[in-house]
Amino acid sequence: MSLNYIYPESEVIRNYDKCICCRACERQCANEVHEYLEEADKMIADDAKCVDCHRCVSICPVRALKIVPTDHDFKKNTSWKKKDIYEVYKQADSGGVLLSSMGNPNEFPVYWDKILLNASQVTNPSIDPLREPMETTVFLGAKAEELTRGENGKLIPITSPQLKLDLPVMFSAMSYGSISYNAHESLARASQEAGTFYNTGEGGLHEDFYKYGGNTIVQVASGRFGVHREYLETAAAIEIKMGQGAKPGIGGHLPGKKVGPDVSRTRMIPEGTDAISPAPHHDIYSIEDLRQLVFSLKEATAYKKPVIVKIAAVHNVAAIASGIARSGADIVAIDGFRGGTGAAPTRIRDNVGIPIEVALAQVDSRLRDEGIRDKISVVAAGSIRSSADVIKAVALGADAVYIGTSALLALGCHLCRTCNQGKCNWGIATQRPDLVKRLNPDIGYKRLVNLMTAWKHEIEEMMGGMGINSIEALRGNRLMLRGVGLTDVELRMLGIKHAGESA
Amino acid sequence: MNNISTAIKNGGTAKFAEAAALEGSFRNPSGCAISGIFSKTGKLMSGESIIQSIEIMHERSNGLGGGFAAYGIYPEHKSKYALHIFHNDISAKIETEKYLEETFEISASSTIPTQAVPGIDQGPLIWRYFATPRRDKLRGSQQDEREFTARAVFHINQGIDGSFVFSSGKNMGVFKAVGYPEDVGRFYRLSDYEGYCFTAHGRYPTNTPGWWGGAHPFSLLDTTVVHNGEISSYDANRRSIEMYGYPCTLQTDTEVIAYIIDYLSRRRGLTFEEICRVTAAPFWSEIAKMPEDERKEYEFLRTVFSPYLITGPFSILVGFTGGMMALNDRLKLRSMVAAEKGDLLYCSSEESAIRLIEPDLDRVWAPSGGECVIARLEKDAYKRIYG
Repeated sequence: MSLNYIYPESEVIRNYDKCICCRACERQCANEVHEYLEEADKMIADDAKCVDCHRCVSICPVRALKIVPTDHDFKKNTSWKKKDIYEVYKQADSGGVLLSSMGNPNEFPVYWDKILLNASQVTNPSIDPLREPMETTVFLGAKAEELTRGENGKLIPITSPQLKLDLPVMFSAMSYGSISYNAHESLARASQEAGTFYNTGEGGLHEDFYKYGGNTIVQVASGRFGVHREYLETAAAIEIKMGQGAKPGIGGHLPGKKVGPDVSRTRMIPEGTDAISPAPHHDIYSIEDLRQLVFSLKEATAYKKPVIVKIAAVHNVAAIASGIARSGADIVAIDGFRGGTGAAPTRIRDNVGIPIEVALAQVDSRLRDEGIRDKISVVAAGSIRSSADVIKAVALGADAVYIGTSALLALGCHLCRTCNQGKCNWGIATQRPDLVKRLNPDIGYKRLVNLMTAWKHEIEEMMGGMGINSIEALRGNRLMLRGVGLTDVELRMLGIKHAGESA
Repeated sequence: MNNISTAIKNGGTAKFAEAAALEGSFRNPSGCAISGIFSKTGKLMSGESIIQSIEIMHERSNGLGGGFAAYGIYPEHKSKYALHIFHNDISAKIETEKYLEETFEISASSTIPTQAVPGIDQGPLIWRYFATPRRDKLRGSQQDEREFTARAVFHINQGIDGSFVFSSGKNMGVFKAVGYPEDVGRFYRLSDYEGYCFTAHGRYPTNTPGWWGGAHPFSLLDTTVVHNGEISSYDANRRSIEMYGYPCTLQTDTEVIAYIIDYLSRRRGLTFEEICRVTAAPFWSEIAKMPEDERKEYEFLRTVFSPYLITGPFSILVGFTGGMMALNDRLKLRSMVAAEKGDLLYCSSEESAIRLIEPDLDRVWAPSGGECVIARLEKDAYKRIYG
């Protein structure tokens, strides 16, 4: 074998006692892993092509397949792991930047897993969500209103524009282009039914989905793809994307092969061209410029829609968020370094940014120290995996969270992390019509609604256990959290006490 | 912990500081009894009835805190802020008085009269000052008189080690101590005072040696709160109210509730009825059924003031100039009974505490969760007392 040979990461294991050579795996694999050998009446597999997406495993009618990580490895070396060595080989071969998809898979602390929740005992009754009302409704938007009263002394109820969520979870920005039409349709319909919002990302809004505008957040990113008057007017809210957790400091990249006629029209770019959005917004080189864009968008939409500013969690995230709160934005979304992506340079994804738990805690504390927490809502994003993560995020100080990866998992994603190749066997991160049709939006939206319903029930159970019957009483309620196995610095950064410390 | 409990039982002001530090250093949930009487016509009553009323609920306290708020008791000083202060020792007293003299015109000062009562151990020095902000200081501060006084209270409570202002309103006063409430009432000779409104509290803290300042009522300016319950929203409420200059040092629910009420009424201008709609807001499902005008108002209040929703069990009595308000949490997880007799409104944790002092009532009812019960002085009574 040559110098550029890389031993496959996974091996396809077929149980030949079970295999009936139905060739379903062959038909279903866009990576062309499986092949039927007619003369031998036998299925074989090319491990090198396998991306470990489990499509074949899931559809095999006789359960004859499994994919296992290979045990082939280099001589043991703590410093030089297989991945490091192979990446050097790849780059020596190609001269290119390494690309990756989905969130940072490396071993960094997951603080959610080191935080435990409280529950009521004796002095304070827990509340049973099956028997008592339990409220998860959240309004996102600025709350620092001057009160005005009419002549009779009655309050005049005017607020800044608000987004009403039935539960504190929204679907985060994933562009049409990076994911499929059917994935977008599933997200849009699920948002409507679950009483929440999905986000177009920077790919524009397909004309078929304007009817879901009331549940749509449209993004204005540095490339301004697909931004026009009707796009802004249709939306429930507008998000300015300043950064993304998976790739802080750089712009987006949609490969030309994903830009077919529909994507081209929606993004307003020529067919087959790479859609490369600049690293910064070239009209925003500082906070005062951001303020101008915030107000340009508000002017354009008659101050009827909240404006969200999304940033990646970087080292001075608290100061940046404070600036954003003073720039007229209604909501700040913070995306942690484990957040997903359709494609990002590997080195950036794996080495830039900070954990969302710490970023969120710092932002919430800073906004309170400066007395401006009511001026802005805070949305946390970047690897929210379960309802427990949602609860912990809210207790740390979030008004709501964005989920991306969890939503894609609900649609069938198996986290093979090869979205950038455009051959998603599950019909999600692809534009190939034969693959896209594998994701049935009638089923997809239902699965997303199921996920939201299940999480809502779990959120209610956990809140009830804490004796809290409305989600706003949990927001920033850090006494409900305790850390386990965390250092003093980590506890201080999170603003929580260690398990065993009484209140 | 044991040492401190013993120290407190043995009295001794030197140890008082240690207990004080302990009280604020952890969160301290407690169960309790509360009671209140209010005369709408401003008829003056002695403090004896409220002592009897709270005494019958002896079992609801554990001797680790009791207290009273009384309104209309200082008619001869009605234009002055009556500052009731615990001093640990002489040096704290000297430091505080130096600050007070720089900041206020003090028209009278004395110890608060007490009498020896078994069950009340030796506590701090208990002083009372009738004060008006110095005009030059007030002008320089660019604050109104009430804000100026509130900040002075925070200055002493946070900045002067060993002194604690536990009452700071006009023509009203808080009286509290470690002990059973009836003993506390007799210790302070409450029967010698005459007021149009009294509230009382017996404390049942779960894990504290008890500190005099930690007893209820908790107050800021003329707003006093007695509270029975343990709120689950505590840290959400605390972290929000602290943004607006209310440092919560005692870590008690009552402190945070008192600040929320002061903030919403004095700083944001909400009425007490509106404050109930914020703190014990109706469920969204109930709001959805309201007529449009009402629905919009309730939605507005819940949305804009969402950090001040209080969850978990509570029943509170709020005293304020010219009024008394009773409120239960929205699920009514704590008992609260209200009753009327003529111009009097009674509210208490138990009906027995009302029946004992007035067996023949016009009306008795259990206010539902989130229902705001408010009594206010009639116009001419208000004029007579505060005019």
